[in-house]
Amino acid sequence: MENNNYLEVCGLCKSFGNVEVLKGVDFSLGRGEILTIIGSSGSGKTTLLRCLNFLELADGGSISVAGETLFDGEGIKAGKLKEVDLREKRLHFGLVFQSFNLFPQYTVLKNVMLAPKLLKKGSKLELEEKAKKLIDSVGLSDKLNAYPYQLSGGQQQRVSIARALALEPDILCFDEPTSALDPELTVEVLRVIKNLKNEGKTMVIVTHEMEFAKSVSDRVIYMRDGVIEAEGTPEEIFDNPENEYLQQFLNSGKAM
Amino acid sequence: MNFWSVLYDLCMGFGMTLKLFALTLIISIPLGLLFCFCSMSKFKPLSWLMKGIIWVIRGTPLLLQCVVVTFIPSVLLKIPNKDFAAMLNLDKMADLQFIFVLFAFSVNYACYFAVIFEGGIKNIPKGQLEAGKVLGMTKWQIFFHIILMQVVRKIMAPMSNEVITLVKDTALARALSISEIILVAYEKVNKYAVLSPLFYAGAFYLAFSGVLTLLIHFLEKKICYYEIT
Repeated sequence: MENNNYLEVCGLCKSFGNVEVLKGVDFSLGRGEILTIIGSSGSGKTTLLRCLNFLELADGGSISVAGETLFDGEGIKAGKLKEVDLREKRLHFGLVFQSFNLFPQYTVLKNVMLAPKLLKKGSKLELEEKAKKLIDSVGLSDKLNAYPYQLSGGQQQRVSIARALALEPDILCFDEPTSALDPELTVEVLRVIKNLKNEGKTMVIVTHEMEFAKSVSDRVIYMRDGVIEAEGTPEEIFDNPENEYLQQFLNSGKAM
Repeated sequence: MNFWSVLYDLCMGFGMTLKLFALTLIISIPLGLLFCFCSMSKFKPLSWLMKGIIWVIRGTPLLLQCVVVTFIPSVLLKIPNKDFAAMLNLDKMADLQFIFVLFAFSVNYACYFAVIFEGGIKNIPKGQLEAGKVLGMTKWQIFFHIILMQVVRKIMAPMSNEVITLVKDTALARALSISEIILVAYEKVNKYAVLSPLFYAGAFYLAFSGVLTLLIHFLEKKICYYEIT
């Protein structure tokens, strides 16, 4: 049970005004597994990730990690969520953005160290040691003192992965991590993600890289119009898609 | 006309100019930040009130505001200016006049700064705020460690314009008989019936704004060590 339902999402809904973006999303994920979410733009993939990271508050449903309920739609209605609680809940998740969002005024090292330092996660020396290890693990130890503008897109994205890892989130989320990158830079980012898989990191990845999704995921979700239209192993989703919409979606990609 | 004594008096006048300039900057920058927060507040009445104040202050001449301020104690608080000066422990009326002017200047400049700050803050990509949030930082940590220095970088050019303008706006203080350099120069013009003191005064302004320009240039270089990607 522990292993299969490390992350549990039940009936998650979210509307922006009159537009229902998530119409009750349920899924669960085991510890150390990788879930990829595919689907066309506007299907609600990014909103789902943003709800997991509490950048948006869902309107209803629940989110729990390792048996601890982090979000409960009913509870939210009863009393307003305090900022302090929100920050604590957020730390279960890390998020890597499509557009990196590195802090331009800080060096690579400071980008990775800043949050742990502000959250007093250890002494400066310890944190620096740890940050250097993380930067090394994404292959950028020669760029410690470089500023983001001096790095390529792929390097920036790798720094932002290291930055997200520095807080040791239970689950690391990626929001189209390679959409802003050239194909040759995409490879280096995907390699880092594969390494994380080997280390047993639990991850949720929204992506348009179908080949990558196929090779790296344990489970795949296809979203359409705010609901999960199909769910299964990579083989089930990519090799034998039964869902009609999913077939269309995968074929439209091939046609290009 | 004794050139050296005129120059000495002009220097004294310019001292007053610099005093008003420096104090106005020191007060109006933090005050402008406060005004900016009020204007951006999610509490609508506060935001509207602040925007109204900014509209009035930016929409009327600073000279008029300086004059209006002198009537605040007597009209609003029903305290004659003389007693008001005593309350503030000021022995000279000139000191009270200076405080009036400083108040008007500080509020006026704070309003302009507030608009510049607000523009700068709104110009920072939302992703920076969100990156801070998902890393568990508090609102204030995000503001001071991530947003602020990026805002400073973005507003350097409009701020340097305002600062240079302030140097010359100090001349308006003569409306409340503050003996800044232009007032002193006028006295000399009337006394000796020559125009040269006004030109000397101009030279003071020019030299000082030259120094400021160099200083700002130096600051810009310090602050713009990185590029925004």
